[in-house]
Amino acid sequence: MKRQPHKTPMSEQDPKVRIHNFDEVALGYTPEEAIQEAQRCITCPTMPCVKGCPVHIDIPTFIKYIKEGNFQGAIDTIKLYNNLPAVCGRVCPQENQCEAQCVVAKIPGFEPVAIGRLERFVADWEAEHGELKLPEIKEKKGKKVAVVGAGPSGLTAAADLAKLGYDVTIFEAFHKAGGVLVYGIPEFRLPKKIVEREIEYIKKLGVKIETNVVVGKTIPVDEMLREFDAVFIGVGAGAPKFIGIPGTNLNGVYSASEFLTRVNLMKAYKFPEYDTPIVIGKNVAVIGAGNTAMDAARTALRVGAEKVMIVYRRTEKEMPARLEEYHHAVEEGIEFHWLRQPVEYVGDENGQVIGIKCAVMELGEPGADGRRRPKPTGEYDFIESDMIIEAIGQQAQRILLDEFPQLKRNKRGYIEADLETGATSVKGVFAGGDIVTGAATVIEAMGAGKKAAKAIDRYLSGEWNPWE
Amino acid sequence: MPHKILKKQKLAHLVHDFVIEAPRIVKHAKPGHFIVIRLHERGERIPLTIADTYPEKGAFRMIVRAVGKTTYELCSMREGDEILDVVGPLGRPSEIDKYGKVLLIGGGVGIATLHPIAKALKEAGNEIIAILGGRSAEYVIMQEEFKSFGEIVITTDDGSLGMKGVVTDAMEYLVREKGKRFDAAWAVGPTVMMKFAALKGKELEIPKMWVSLNPIMVDGTGMCGACRVSVGGEIKFACVDGPEFDGYQVEWDELIRRLKQYKEKEEEAFNRFLRRAGDISWL
Ligand SMILES: Cc1cc2nc3c(=O)[nH]c(=O)nc-3n(C[C@H](O)[C@H](O)[C@H](O)COP(=O)(O)OP(=O)(O)OC[C@H]3O[C@@H](n4cnc5c(N)ncnc54)[C@H](O)[C@@H]3O)c2cc1C
Ligand SMILES: Cc1cc2nc3c(=O)[nH]c(=O)nc-3n(C[C@H](O)[C@H](O)[C@H](O)COP(=O)(O)OP(=O)(O)OC[C@H]3O[C@@H](n4cnc5c(N)ncnc54)[C@H](O)[C@@H]3O)c2cc1C
Ligand code: SF4
Ligand code: SF4
Ligand code: FES
Repeated sequence: MKRQPHKTPMSEQDPKVRIHNFDEVALGYTPEEAIQEAQRCITCPTMPCVKGCPVHIDIPTFIKYIKEGNFQGAIDTIKLYNNLPAVCGRVCPQENQCEAQCVVAKIPGFEPVAIGRLERFVADWEAEHGELKLPEIKEKKGKKVAVVGAGPSGLTAAADLAKLGYDVTIFEAFHKAGGVLVYGIPEFRLPKKIVEREIEYIKKLGVKIETNVVVGKTIPVDEMLREFDAVFIGVGAGAPKFIGIPGTNLNGVYSASEFLTRVNLMKAYKFPEYDTPIVIGKNVAVIGAGNTAMDAARTALRVGAEKVMIVYRRTEKEMPARLEEYHHAVEEGIEFHWLRQPVEYVGDENGQVIGIKCAVMELGEPGADGRRRPKPTGEYDFIESDMIIEAIGQQAQRILLDEFPQLKRNKRGYIEADLETGATSVKGVFAGGDIVTGAATVIEAMGAGKKAAKAIDRYLSGEWNPWE
Repeated sequence: MPHKILKKQKLAHLVHDFVIEAPRIVKHAKPGHFIVIRLHERGERIPLTIADTYPEKGAFRMIVRAVGKTTYELCSMREGDEILDVVGPLGRPSEIDKYGKVLLIGGGVGIATLHPIAKALKEAGNEIIAILGGRSAEYVIMQEEFKSFGEIVITTDDGSLGMKGVVTDAMEYLVREKGKRFDAAWAVGPTVMMKFAALKGKELEIPKMWVSLNPIMVDGTGMCGACRVSVGGEIKFACVDGPEFDGYQVEWDELIRRLKQYKEKEEEAFNRFLRRAGDISWL
């Protein structure tokens, strides 16, 4: 059989149609397509892909099951390692993780096996056909663990601890569990019913989820420390950062967090059926070129902007967004303004933003991260825009940290925790995800949750105590 | 977990007094704290002040003025009905201290926000004088409560009760005519009122004036930046850095402008609500 050099294509909604709806862009494989793609895996003995996956899914085995048409076997295998496969299959930056290591891609002209798409396929297949099987849950240990934050790190830690027999309660500040998966990543990239399905599964494992509870406010930190035997903190890095240039507080200037929260969590795209409004500009400018910026730009298009621009101080080459999302954005007609650094937002007499004064940049020497640094040329230009969305990065979520001064933090304001165990400076308190690493990825946050669950188990069973 | 409306009472046209069941929130609520509510699955998240607490009942009090879709809908709910989400207590508590003589200036439903602050200041041993302002007699709420804390001066726009005029007139009167000196002040009410109270406070050399800002909020936990205000030239998030700030440092005109950001959408939602709400003249 001749090997197929490219990934089996996955069908997508036509860009001209999809910019008018919030339905998922990528449509997933059919069983035939999945089997065809699975054939491309040569089940290599070194299986480097497994090392590339932060939670070390047994990739060759699950793919082998797909080849045999045993989709239940495939999903069961994945679930031994990953509690959120339908999510990861969609939003993992596979090109830097599992697929980056795949040996098939070492053959000139070959693409790696589409591991993410296969993972997505079996997770969706299970939701439709499979019976939801619960894993074995160990005998109750009679110990209580609190998890703060229902993002991917918290959900994963909670699920693993529940399987080990702990009595786990997640406290979530929002009215819905999911963290960035529900308030940040848009519906067209990750349908919310998928997140809900995965959360239902975690609840079935016995995890209690209490929404509308802000730890540090609704429950004081010392009360939580008293009532639980161990704590995992996964509060994320959701706080917006502003460049802080003149005009930041003009009407029409948003942080990406606010814009995306209004549209995703509060469903402003369904206003007035839903009560939360969004005022959408004609010419929307999104500042930054990461995944958040792509999400904000593509969302703006879907809620009715006439023109959407990305304004970035470097070039396409240094852009942090996933290539796939960039291509989707280009297909949808987003304009890109490279080498432009906003220096001022300009408003009209009513305080409504009308444009951005930008410094024109050029690329200089590479910085510490290897990317060439932008530097000003001394010239300026003006971009007309009546709605600006800043997506230049997030920072540590403070509401808990402000109430927890004993917890040691690093210079950047994140919690200092051991990356292997999640152990923090406070006895019995573990942390992981974006609140430790700064904004990262879903699967890395989950990986941190998994490691912490293991460490919490060792700590609570008396095998290990780093605070002694 | 839904929260039951244990009691509801009309205080004035479009102003309603609620007692809401929320045992967990009440336990740690302090003066100055607020909550964010969402009425139902399609609802918006809106902030409201905790006006009083009843720890023995596991309930708190909030006083709401109907101004738009969500507050109208809330005010048309009845005892026994449930609010889907209530989260809090949020914000930084008021800086209660023994200041000496404290001037409290409340306008409209701002009087409700001021109530727990007044109670705590009184307990901390301060002497309290309160100016309560409203459009007309009907809107000067909680007079009895404030009388129990100290002296009160009432102002109404139409002169139907107390002095005819606005709260700044009463400030002039107390300081210039009665020769009162204050060690600290709080002003809570409509943004325009707070702006002018702060200008007047500075002019009358009141050393410190706290104001409770009410920008548009979404999450109320520091995650969106919708509530940002400029205070002393810096960007602050009212939900986590406030809502109380030094009134002499606030950029008022920016806040007033930002409150109008959603005007057209708010009207659209409100008109849609009115078309379906039936007779709401009883509100
Ligand atoms: C717009 C956007 C798009 C992204 N796209 C991708 C992508 O395509 N692929 C990818 O891999 N990664 C993506 N990321 C990054 C990824 O979402 C994050 O790295 C990941 O969600 C971090 O998980 P977490 O569990 O650490 O925190 P979060 O997901 O941030 O969850 C933290 C939770 O804690 C809650 N919380 C905070 N404080 C408290 C408190 N005091 N009490 C109770 N609860 C509290 C918050 O409400 C929140 O629900 C994206 C991020 C954004 C913002
Ligand atoms: C910390 C805080 C505490 C508050 N406490 C109380 C309280 O105890 N009782 C109470 O009645 N209200 C309080 N408010 C104001 C209340 O949140 C708003 O009235 C409410 O969000 C309006 O929602 P709506 O849908 O009914 O009206 P919308 O349709 O949103 O607005 C209708 C009109 O009200 C104005 N408006 C909108 N938001 C606000 C706001 N935040 N403040 C003032 N005017 C606004 C709009 O400009 C518009 O003209 C508080 C606000 C904050 C930030
Ligand atoms: S979880 Fe992510 S990194 Fe791991 S195999 Fe799946 S797609 Fe790849
Ligand atoms: S590296 Fe590629 S070929 Fe090898 S097992 Fe993993 S997916 Fe299959
Ligand atoms: S309301 Fe979102 S940051 Fe304050």
